[in-house]
Amino acid sequence: MPSLAGLFFWMNIKLENIRKLEVSKPLKLDCGKTINNFPLAYETYGKLNSDKNNAILVFHALTGDQYVTGTNPITNKEGWWVTAVGPGKAIDTNKYFVICANVIGGCMGSLGPRNINPETNQPYGLNFPVITIRDMVRAQETLLENLGIKKLLCATGGSMGGMQLLQFCSTFPDKTFSAIPIACSASHSAQNIALNELARQSIMADPVWDNGKYFLKNVQPKNGLAVARMVGHISYLSEKGMQEKFGRKLQEKADYEFSFNADFQVESYLRHQGYAFVERFDANSILYITRAMDYFDLSKQFKGGLVEAFKNQRTKFLVISFSSDWLYTTKDNKDIVIALNASGADVSYSEITTDKGHDSFLLDEPDFLKTLKGFIDSMYEKFKNEK
Amino acid sequence: MKSEFKVIANLLPNNTRVLDVGCGDGSLMSLLRKDKNIEVRGLELNQNNVQQCIHKGLPVIQGNAETELHQFPNQSFDYVILSQTLQAFYDPNKVMRELLRIGKSVIVSIPNFGFWKVRINLLFFGKMPVTKTLPNTWYNTPNLHMCTIKDLFNYCEDKRIKIKRVIGINNDKTSLINNNNLEIKNFFSEIGIFLIG
Repeated sequence: MPSLAGLFFWMNIKLENIRKLEVSKPLKLDCGKTINNFPLAYETYGKLNSDKNNAILVFHALTGDQYVTGTNPITNKEGWWVTAVGPGKAIDTNKYFVICANVIGGCMGSLGPRNINPETNQPYGLNFPVITIRDMVRAQETLLENLGIKKLLCATGGSMGGMQLLQFCSTFPDKTFSAIPIACSASHSAQNIALNELARQSIMADPVWDNGKYFLKNVQPKNGLAVARMVGHISYLSEKGMQEKFGRKLQEKADYEFSFNADFQVESYLRHQGYAFVERFDANSILYITRAMDYFDLSKQFKGGLVEAFKNQRTKFLVISFSSDWLYTTKDNKDIVIALNASGADVSYSEITTDKGHDSFLLDEPDFLKTLKGFIDSMYEKFKNEK
Repeated sequence: MKSEFKVIANLLPNNTRVLDVGCGDGSLMSLLRKDKNIEVRGLELNQNNVQQCIHKGLPVIQGNAETELHQFPNQSFDYVILSQTLQAFYDPNKVMRELLRIGKSVIVSIPNFGFWKVRINLLFFGKMPVTKTLPNTWYNTPNLHMCTIKDLFNYCEDKRIKIKRVIGINNDKTSLINNNNLEIKNFFSEIGIFLIG
């Protein structure tokens, strides 16, 4: 791979330090194109035991990456799931071997639109092939092969991570003993697609985006990308949660400024989140990953619908939803449970009562974390005895 | 352990597939899985109970039996168990039909409103009964449709539901109930357990 250092100087990202697997096996994408010799960035936590039966694969969400816990060496911030994963946490890295890979299409070291296209010697930009959730999952399966893991103890993920997980279980029915899809859906709804379109259109409306060719000028469509992130942040909170957190509170001022500055705390919050995001994420990656989410419809891959998708499942499932999540609702998650039930799969389901919306899976929600821990620990006991 | 659970366990053959509707903290499911190698599934409304089941490695779905039994396919279980909750539903008749649709057989237990202590409460004291199996007072009881063993017996006959076995429990003593001893057992049993379908 040609060096990418310096190409995206504003991000200050040292991509060389990222742990990567060079996947040589060609991967035929759903769009018809084939990629080969591509990088798949990943990170692991904890130790794989000698029986190789303590491995847990985590799939990350839209704006996540492989740095699940500890300090993200690229951003120097905490890993995105530090609440749930780590020594002594619900997913205890003293006990389990946790693996997470950056999705293809992403921008944290795995093949994505800002990688160099060998045909042009320039970054792909919009010449990057449109990828799907299934493509992401197939790429990650090669990593398991490479790590010598025949069967995972558990695979889990929230939001888009949950979608990857459902696809993973359906495509590779014998690769994991148990699975925990969290706050996700088996197909993107009209509302989900609409919100993603809003994110994409805000990027595309930024003149700096320049049809995805901003990399030629070593710039990033910051304004568009920041707005895209703001849209996301609104959808991750519940109405009640937002009201409680911000209400009509003003941002470090006693009264209205009679201007369009961020008078309200909620405005200030969104602006902060939006502009912090552009430091670590590539705008074209957002286009590609949201597209993959929108194309996701597991039942479409099977004539018989979702029940067929889970046929002959031996994996033990725990589906978790959050009561105030309006992005991937309890109903979306229950539809998964119903399909799993109808296919005869071993499935548990819990709806966690909370005001914190879709974001709940990333937060310190004691009931959620207790449920997660209880399930994984009991599955480990079963998995050990099965062998 | 509740004597009712022992009776229910004794009604179930080994290696069957059982759905426990309103499975609580999973005590019955644990027993069935351990002693009879039964493949168990639970449905439970309370989040705490659901958590406890999950900790025990028992498959449980959080949900309301009144509205969410439709998710289980026809005849997908050998047995469906409903322990002392039939009387708490808005529409027990509908729930009963759902149980019979999902299970090849159904085990339903009820706190017997025909039990002599209940009758005395009402007859001599003119008060809604509060007993061991009916611990709540009239204003905070979850029970909406109390019935007696005789009522449920007649219900099954009216609806042409096959009664396979009825067992009465009184002070941990169990006895078989049939057409001939129904009146007396309806008087002396605190709990009735019906195997039907």
